[in-house]
Amino acid sequence: MNIFDIVNVGLFAAAIRMATPIALAALGGIFSERVGVVNIGLEGMMLMGAFSGVLVSYYTTNPWLGVLFAIVVGGALGLIHAIISVGLKGDQIVSGTGINIFALGFTAYASEVVWGSRGASSNVASLGVIDIPILSDIPIVGDILGSHTPIVYIMIVVIALAQVLLFKTPFGLRLRAVGEHPAAADTAGINVNRMKYIGVIVSGMLAGLAGVFLSLGHLSLFSWGMTGGRGFIALAAMIFGGWVPLGTFGASLLFGLADALQMRLQSMGVLPSQIILMLPYIITVIVLAGVVRKTRQPSDYKPYDKG
Amino acid sequence: MTDRSSIQKDALLVTVKSSLGRVLPQIVAIITAFIVGALVLIATGYSPVDVYAAMIQGAFGDVYGVGQTLTQATPIIFTALAFLFSFKCGLFNIGAEGQLIVGGFAAALVGISLDGLPAPLHIALALFAGALAGGAWGFLPGFLKVRFGAHEVITTMMFSYIATYLTSYFVNYPFKAPGWVAQTVPIANSAQLPRILQPTQLSAAILVAVAMAGAVYVILQKTTLGYEVRTSGLNPSAAESGGIKVKRVMVLAFVISGAIAGLGGAGEILGVHYRFIQGFSPGYGFDGLAVALVGGLNPIGVLLAAVLFGALRSGGMLMTRATHVPLDIVIIIQALVIIFVAAPSFIKYLIRWRVRSRV
Repeated sequence: MNIFDIVNVGLFAAAIRMATPIALAALGGIFSERVGVVNIGLEGMMLMGAFSGVLVSYYTTNPWLGVLFAIVVGGALGLIHAIISVGLKGDQIVSGTGINIFALGFTAYASEVVWGSRGASSNVASLGVIDIPILSDIPIVGDILGSHTPIVYIMIVVIALAQVLLFKTPFGLRLRAVGEHPAAADTAGINVNRMKYIGVIVSGMLAGLAGVFLSLGHLSLFSWGMTGGRGFIALAAMIFGGWVPLGTFGASLLFGLADALQMRLQSMGVLPSQIILMLPYIITVIVLAGVVRKTRQPSDYKPYDKG
Repeated sequence: MTDRSSIQKDALLVTVKSSLGRVLPQIVAIITAFIVGALVLIATGYSPVDVYAAMIQGAFGDVYGVGQTLTQATPIIFTALAFLFSFKCGLFNIGAEGQLIVGGFAAALVGISLDGLPAPLHIALALFAGALAGGAWGFLPGFLKVRFGAHEVITTMMFSYIATYLTSYFVNYPFKAPGWVAQTVPIANSAQLPRILQPTQLSAAILVAVAMAGAVYVILQKTTLGYEVRTSGLNPSAAESGGIKVKRVMVLAFVISGAIAGLGGAGEILGVHYRFIQGFSPGYGFDGLAVALVGGLNPIGVLLAAVLFGALRSGGMLMTRATHVPLDIVIIIQALVIIFVAAPSFIKYLIRWRVRSRV
C-alpha cells in the first residue's frame, strides 16, 4: 500500500461531496447568526430534512419533491426556533437542543411507523449523479468536480449567491445590521424582528437541504442519526470561516476532506473503524481551539427589545 | 392570638402561592408536551388514552414498576445535576452523555481489576475512578473554552462522539470479553453496588444520587466556590473585577460537572449492568438537560423531575410491549418539554389565556 492509494482524485471528489452538507448547514448557521440568533438546532433540522425527503420520495418516487419537502420542513423548524428565540425571547440554546432531541426521537418513531424499523428506511428513488458536460471531460479536474449529485452543484451556486446577497446588496446590509446593531437598524427603519425571522427561517431551509443531501444525494435511504454531528461540525466551519460564505466554504472543504479520509481509511481496513470514526470530531475540536480567537462574532445574540 | 395565627396562615398561603407560581410554568410545559405527544399518537393511528394508561401502569402500577422508574431516574439525576452545575456558571455542558460513558468505563476497569479488596473500599475506588474520568472529560472543553475560546456547546458534543467511539474501540478490541457482544468481562462481586429493592435493578446508586443533589445544593449556596460559580455565571465581568478568577472557576465548574456525570455512569455500571456494555446509555445525558430545566434549575426540583423522566423511560417499556407504539414517543415528549420550557413567556401566555377564558 502506498500513499496514493489513499490520496488520489477519488479522495478529493469525496471531499467535495462530503463538504456539501457541512457547507449548506454552515451557510444556514451564517444566516441565523448574522441576524443575531444562535442555531444549535442545525443538527436536528438536517436530520428532519433527511427524513422528510426520503418519506416523500418513498410515497411519490420523485426525489425532487423530497428535496422540496425537506427544505419546507427545515424552514418550518426554523420558524419554530425563531418564534421561541425572537418572538418569545426564550433561550436560543435550549430551544435548539430541544429541536435536536425532537428530531432524533421523531425520525426514529416515524421510521418505525412507516418502515417498521427505527434503524433505517427502505431504499427509495434518489437523485443520482449528473455529469457536467465539458467539465467532466477535463482530466483530473473533471474527475474531482465533473460528476456529482445535483445538490453538490446547487451548494456551489447557493454559496456564491449568499456571498453576493450578504455583502453586495441592500438586503444583505440590513440583514447584517440587525445582528450587529439592532438599535441602529431599528432607527434606520428596518423591521428588526422581521429580518430575524427571515434569517432563521432561511437557516432552517438550508439545513433541510443539507440533510436531504445525505439521504437522497449521497445515499438513497434514511438511517437513524445519519447526520452524525454534522450540524455541530457545520457550526465549527461557520466560525472557522469567519461567518462569511466563501470562507465557510473553504472550512467545509477541510471538514469534508476529514470525512472523506475517514471513509477511505475505513474501507481499507487499516485501523479499527472506531478509531477512524473519531477523526472528524477530533479535527473539529482542534480547528475550534486553533483558530477561534482570531475571529470576531457578528452579534451578541440577544433578543431585541424595542425601547 | 387569632390575629397572629391568621397572619401566619396568610404568610403560609403566600409561600404556597409563590412556590406554585414557580413550578406552574414547568407543569404546564409538561402537560402541553403530553398533549402534543397525544396529537402525534393520534396522527399515527394510536389511542393516546391507551398509550398513556399503559405508560402510567408500567411506571407506577406495582412495586416492580416503581423500582424500575427509580432505577431509570438514577443516572438522570446525575446528568441533570451535571448540567445544572455548569449552567449556574453560565456554561452549557451538553456533553454529559460522553462524561457519563467515560465514567462508566473507568469504573468498570477498576471494578474488574482490583479483585480482592473489601467491598466498601472497592466500590468507593470504582466510583472515584468514574468521577475522575468524567471530570477529565469535562476539563477538556472547559480548558479549550477559557484558553482558546472554543465554544463549549460544539466541543462538548464532539467529545461525546469521541467518548462513544473510544469506549466502543476499547470494548471491541483490548478489553473485549469473549463472545459476540461488545462488552467487558463482569466486574468483581466486591465492586457491585447493593440492590436495595429486589427483584428490581434499583441499586444504592440512587442514594449516592440523592446525596449528590444535597451536595450540589450546599456547594452552590453555602460555599465560597458556589458563590464564585454563581457570580461568574450571572455577571463574569463584575465577578472578575470583584477579584474572582473567572476562568479558573469556569474550568473548575466544568470539571465538577463532568465528575458528577461520570459518577452517574459509574453508578450504572456498578449497580445495574455489572460490566461495561457498548451503548449502555440510551441518552441519559440529554435526559439530564431536560430534567435540569424542568426541575427549575434547583437540586430538589431535579429529584422530582428525574422521577418523571425515569417514569417515562420505565413506563415506556411496558407501553411498547402492550401497545406496540415505538418507544421513541418518549423522546418526542421529552423534546417537547424542553422546547416549551425554553419559552417561558409562551407558557405564561397560555396560563393567562386560560385564566381569561374562564372569566
